[in-house]
Amino acid sequence: MSEPPPSVTTQESPEAPRRPQPMERAGQTGRAVINSIVEGSPAVVTFLAIVAALFLGALLIAFTNDAVLHAWGQFFSNPGNAFAQAWDAVFAAYRAMFDGAIVSPATVAAAFHGGSVGAIFYPISQTLSDATPLILTGLSVAIAFRAGLFNIGAAGQWIGGAIVAGYLGFAVSLPPVIHVIVCLLGGIAGGAVVGWVPGELKARTGAHEVIVTIMLNYVMYNLLSYLLGTPKALQAPGQSNLISPNIAANAQLPHVGGPPPAVDAGFLVALAAAVAVGWLLNRSTIGFQFRTVGANPSAARSAGISVERAWVLVMAIAGALAGLSGASVIQGSAVHAITFNSYGTYGFDGITVALLGRAKPWGVVLAAILFGALHAGGTTMQAATSVPTDISQVIQGLIVLFVAAPPLIRVIFRLRHAQAGSMEAVAKGWNG
Amino acid sequence: MTTLAGVAGAPLATVNRRLVAGGTFILFGLIDIVLGYFAHKGDATFALSLPTASVHVPSIHAPAAVICYVLGAASVALGTWRATVDPSRRVRRLSIAVVLLFFVISLLLWADAGSTIPINLVNLLQNTLTGSIPLILGALAGCVCERSGVINIAIEGQLLLGAFTAAVVASVSSLWLGLISGSLSGGLIGFLLAVFAIKYFADQIILGVVLNVLALGLTNYLYDSILVNHQNLNAGNTFSVVKIPVLGDIPVIGPIFFNSNIFLYLTYAAIIVVQIGLFSTRWGLRVRAVGEHPTAADTVGIRVLGTRYSNVIMGGLLAGIGGAYLTVGSVGTFSPDMSSGLGYIALAAMIFGRWTPLGATAAALLFGFTEALGNILGSINVPIPTYILAMFPYVATIFAVAGLGGRVRAPAADGQPYIKA
Repeated sequence: MSEPPPSVTTQESPEAPRRPQPMERAGQTGRAVINSIVEGSPAVVTFLAIVAALFLGALLIAFTNDAVLHAWGQFFSNPGNAFAQAWDAVFAAYRAMFDGAIVSPATVAAAFHGGSVGAIFYPISQTLSDATPLILTGLSVAIAFRAGLFNIGAAGQWIGGAIVAGYLGFAVSLPPVIHVIVCLLGGIAGGAVVGWVPGELKARTGAHEVIVTIMLNYVMYNLLSYLLGTPKALQAPGQSNLISPNIAANAQLPHVGGPPPAVDAGFLVALAAAVAVGWLLNRSTIGFQFRTVGANPSAARSAGISVERAWVLVMAIAGALAGLSGASVIQGSAVHAITFNSYGTYGFDGITVALLGRAKPWGVVLAAILFGALHAGGTTMQAATSVPTDISQVIQGLIVLFVAAPPLIRVIFRLRHAQAGSMEAVAKGWNG
Repeated sequence: MTTLAGVAGAPLATVNRRLVAGGTFILFGLIDIVLGYFAHKGDATFALSLPTASVHVPSIHAPAAVICYVLGAASVALGTWRATVDPSRRVRRLSIAVVLLFFVISLLLWADAGSTIPINLVNLLQNTLTGSIPLILGALAGCVCERSGVINIAIEGQLLLGAFTAAVVASVSSLWLGLISGSLSGGLIGFLLAVFAIKYFADQIILGVVLNVLALGLTNYLYDSILVNHQNLNAGNTFSVVKIPVLGDIPVIGPIFFNSNIFLYLTYAAIIVVQIGLFSTRWGLRVRAVGEHPTAADTVGIRVLGTRYSNVIMGGLLAGIGGAYLTVGSVGTFSPDMSSGLGYIALAAMIFGRWTPLGATAAALLFGFTEALGNILGSINVPIPTYILAMFPYVATIFAVAGLGGRVRAPAADGQPYIKA
């Protein structure tokens, strides 16, 4: 997604001596763009996958709508009405989704008539807020992928981070900025411990990380409920429900850019994490070791890299990122307390985000923003058209399904076959 | 480490394993003794027949503390022996089972010591079996699929979609059609998995996770947009219990194994068919050849891709039956995300059982047992919080996989698409 199409440079390089004329150069660029489209570069495949997923989602919306089904029941007496009803249902749903995720024309019009300008940016800010935890869990899964490990445990690591960050948030009192940072660091540490366990077990005993991370998820779900139901641990005083006290105002992430757009500093933290992961993977020795271990553990071992150490380290880092995601939600602008189900679907969405982003940091950021938009838009859509918000989960799954199989997209859209699979093998089989 | 430890460090690894295993046994023995120390409250009572049973088997009254001490001492002795000698594989496994059994017995004795409510063993084992049905079927589905060389993480989605379809179809037509359509919808996910993995070379682990996300999203969506408003489509019909004529009347064993609904019997059949099919028939030999070395299999004329397609779809059909159990075999109505991770646990059971049907079944039963045990202990007011008890099966699995299970090896070509040269 974030990569430039490789076919462009290789085609131009042989004929370099003569400086091309402006017109010619424009023609070449144009041809390169067309080539990358017909050959299906990763970016194009991703775009077409989104189109195909939205189309299938549209069919699902249309054919679960009572009015549409009724109109199709009378297809032979009034075929036009059947299509019109289907179109109306889909158009209304997707328009509401667009309004809720990107920009609503109504607020723009209102701004011209003395309404709030900030309201225009509300949907975008909602999208970025929803994207924040997904960026972090996506990075968590992605960095483990790069070292050849499959981290299904982001949900449990998320909880580890949320528990520590939340506890530090309400149990201690510190000055403004320091409190935020202490809580974020606590979240990192909490997640890192939960992530470290499967890495250490894999290194020491060979226990497969997929099993251990899945099991740790359930352990953490129950641990969270236990702590939230224990008055001296996380439960709010005087509560019988599974909920923690609100964290102190000093521990909450500050807003960025005025009250109406609800983006908090968590988004910037997530972007910083993406930069850090990008640096770590591509510019540092440890990152090189991770990638080598991921590409070929035997070769890495022959080259003197400690594969076991890389596994332990990468799982701890993956856990730290997922834990930071937990901290960013608890300290964020929407939630201030931990509940028994506040882990939501962040962990598993992280897997799809990492896959769509091809396990590259900037790919993860873009994929998370796309899914954040689907979440934010889905909520608005459900309120406006009563189409359940679960449709965004279906669309999300379909997008990744299509992206995972570039040959299929090529067949559907009749693209020429260029490189072999453009999705690198990010996950490995059981024998790793 | 596999290669190094396997070639150069073999003796050292054996010594290590001996010490770790022996140490673990001794630890369990000490726990048994500690449980005994806290069990000086009287006898424990175990009931051996259900309150509704026609023939009443007398309950067992056992002096809790004394037995705990004896079992603990036996475990410690076994651990000492295990740390000094290196027995055969069969004996190793047997000793693990014995130590775990002693631990469970001590736990039950401690939990019920001095209590007026007996622990009903029949009920415990019945719940173990019925709770394991979706796990066993899911794990068998995984075996069938992965033995042919396709990784199946989509068991969870197959269970979930199977549960949904079975509930809806059973509501509008018959229970049997519900079961069949549940199975078919599992097969449909298997078909998608097969097409994408075999024809379009998609990464199979990714594919499985994505199919799970899709099945979850789809069933949530259809539940919210249709089932909530049309309750008649989620009526909650269930299969009734069929007691097997003679066998079902045997005391203790009858109610546990032969007095359930059709799903338990289907599960027995599936275990036998998959085990014999994979390891004692020509078909099974071919499947395993395709999973281990597709090129060689192709050279001798076995249809690699055809075998993989049919196995992945068959696996889906099996897991779909497990999904149908969740609704028409158990609670009746569908609720969102009702498989709640059972498919992932089935996957773990399959790996823990080393890709063999019997091993996977044993692992699934172990899991079902810890779950049922947790529920029973919770119901007799053991002073352990519910949520901590609920963690028990998962922690046990981690220990089993890390400590006692050791390294596992998947079929050699598992997860690799076959591209004919």
